[in-house]
Amino acid sequence: MFGRQAIAVGVVVNLLLLAAGLGRPSAEVASDRVRVGLVFDVGGLGDKSFNDAAHIGLVRAEETLDAQISTVEPGDGSDRESALRQLAAAGNDLVIGVGFIFTDDIRRIAGEFPDVKFACVDFSVGPGDPPPPPNLLGLRFREEEGSFLVGAAAGLASKTGKVGFIGGMMIPLIQKFEAGYVDGVRAVCPTCEVSIAYAGTEPKAFADPTTGKELALAQYGRGADVIFHASGKTGAGVFVAAREKGKMAIGVDADQFHEAPCCVLTSMVKDVDVAVYDTVLAVATDKFKGGLSEFGVKEGGVRYVFDDRNAAMWPDGARERVEALSAEIAAGLRTVPTVPQ
Amino acid sequence: MTTALLVAFVLAVFRISVPYVLAAVGGTLSERAGVVALGLEGMLLTGAFCAAVGAEAGGPAVGALAGAMGGAGVGVILAACVVYGRADGVVVGVAINLIALGGTRVAMQYVWQSASSSPTIPGLSGGWAGAAGLAALAVSGVAAAALTRTAWGLRVRAVGEHPAAATSLGIDVAQLRFGAVALSGALAGLGGAWLALDNHGFVDRMSGGRGYIALAAVIMGRWHPGFAALAAVCFAATEAAQLQLQAVVSGGAREFIQMLPYLLTLVALAGVLGRSRPPAALGRNV
Repeated sequence: MFGRQAIAVGVVVNLLLLAAGLGRPSAEVASDRVRVGLVFDVGGLGDKSFNDAAHIGLVRAEETLDAQISTVEPGDGSDRESALRQLAAAGNDLVIGVGFIFTDDIRRIAGEFPDVKFACVDFSVGPGDPPPPPNLLGLRFREEEGSFLVGAAAGLASKTGKVGFIGGMMIPLIQKFEAGYVDGVRAVCPTCEVSIAYAGTEPKAFADPTTGKELALAQYGRGADVIFHASGKTGAGVFVAAREKGKMAIGVDADQFHEAPCCVLTSMVKDVDVAVYDTVLAVATDKFKGGLSEFGVKEGGVRYVFDDRNAAMWPDGARERVEALSAEIAAGLRTVPTVPQ
Repeated sequence: MTTALLVAFVLAVFRISVPYVLAAVGGTLSERAGVVALGLEGMLLTGAFCAAVGAEAGGPAVGALAGAMGGAGVGVILAACVVYGRADGVVVGVAINLIALGGTRVAMQYVWQSASSSPTIPGLSGGWAGAAGLAALAVSGVAAAALTRTAWGLRVRAVGEHPAAATSLGIDVAQLRFGAVALSGALAGLGGAWLALDNHGFVDRMSGGRGYIALAAVIMGRWHPGFAALAAVCFAATEAAQLQLQAVVSGGAREFIQMLPYLLTLVALAGVLGRSRPPAALGRNV
């Protein structure tokens, strides 16, 4: 009944939208402001952890270094590659992909745009992989070390002897968190039980707070009184459960104390914001070098949070023990496993 | 210990089942009136978004109302296209779902400057799970009674079986279908509102395929609101079991358990649970 006219109108509207998108002037007047494009990971802005940390670093670069920033929150898998490509082609000096999931796409696009600098947070390296091209910087963190320290904190703080771990997507990266955490718990409390759960096997497992809440409630229901989450936005559900039950939780990637002020024992902070800012600074001062950079306890790239807000939740002497373990790791006297035993 | 686990499991089932049950009941009404209920997913998602916006502005009650209205609005659009525009219900339903997906992202960007999540909104605490679960089941009972015992229900069923005969008796087919689909939208929107309020926020693509599973529940329940609600609770139970069991099992068994809800769907739709006959005029425009 609406028939052909409707289809014609639809086609015209789509063409207009397309033209509007393409016709936007891509690069403004070339200035000495460094132009940075950043593509977020699954879960996007507002995950209160990983992506937000990257955003904080980027905004700091905008304010301090007068960088011109643009960001993209991808909706689906294929959006990621086109977002990277779009930012590279739009005249940005530096394009950052936040998350391991960009590894393959950013390698490929770095090859296609040799004049643009790229950085990838949590760049993943397999055993047979070639080194990254000279215009690509892979930023890696030894999350297992930070997870070890919060595991020790959990083991010391737990009154029931049961703790939990909730991961997002079941991949080697998150299993690093699991491995370090379990090792840390066992180091201080060999008899403690650790429940492990993963929200899923696809990237959307990092954006599923409903499942996070269910898994946390299940673990608290079994007697766990501290849960460490490594699941991005899914963790928001873990904090809802923690608030409801009045049990403790441990945040990840950023200081997540404000998520549940009653109950966040500590957070495993990954200095993603520092890494992003430092990369922009390097590009702005012409000191960018491609390759791989790794940050662990020794470099101060991963750490746990202890301040007067959460100190009351830590038992006496716990802080000193965790600090001692931290010193051991920094001195190279202790290696933390990266694979669950 | 086991009683505590059982209680936790039952509460989890209640909590998870609310969107499934409400969407399934709405789907039943729509399909009984002869309109394919493929837009449930979009209605759920829009309801969740509107509820988040409403709750941020005025608290959970306003959020619930806003969610129902948002879902009803989507239902109205679907109804207009199918009933008055005589478009194919399947195509319009899929289109509605796609528009809801993209539309909520665009709207989110304007409202919260993030195309992925809303800030934390005042929602409902976990203590509401039992009440909400029972309320959803009560709604299904009311819908079943309305469908079988009221004049309106009789007319809706007539319109879904043989619209030509209904027209010859002076029943306004278009108006009835319109009303049924709008109502289904309101119910699914309410289900979506629960999702957002329970989660204390809206997340991109939060409906997660629940609308499609609700449609499977409709078919499994042989287009009867009460049985569809029961089927929806079954799906919710497998999902709850999967989440609770993850802590107990590991490795391959975990993946198998995660597959259970979908396995159940396949089994149900393959007719293992008995043949079911859809309304005769389902999907056909008069």
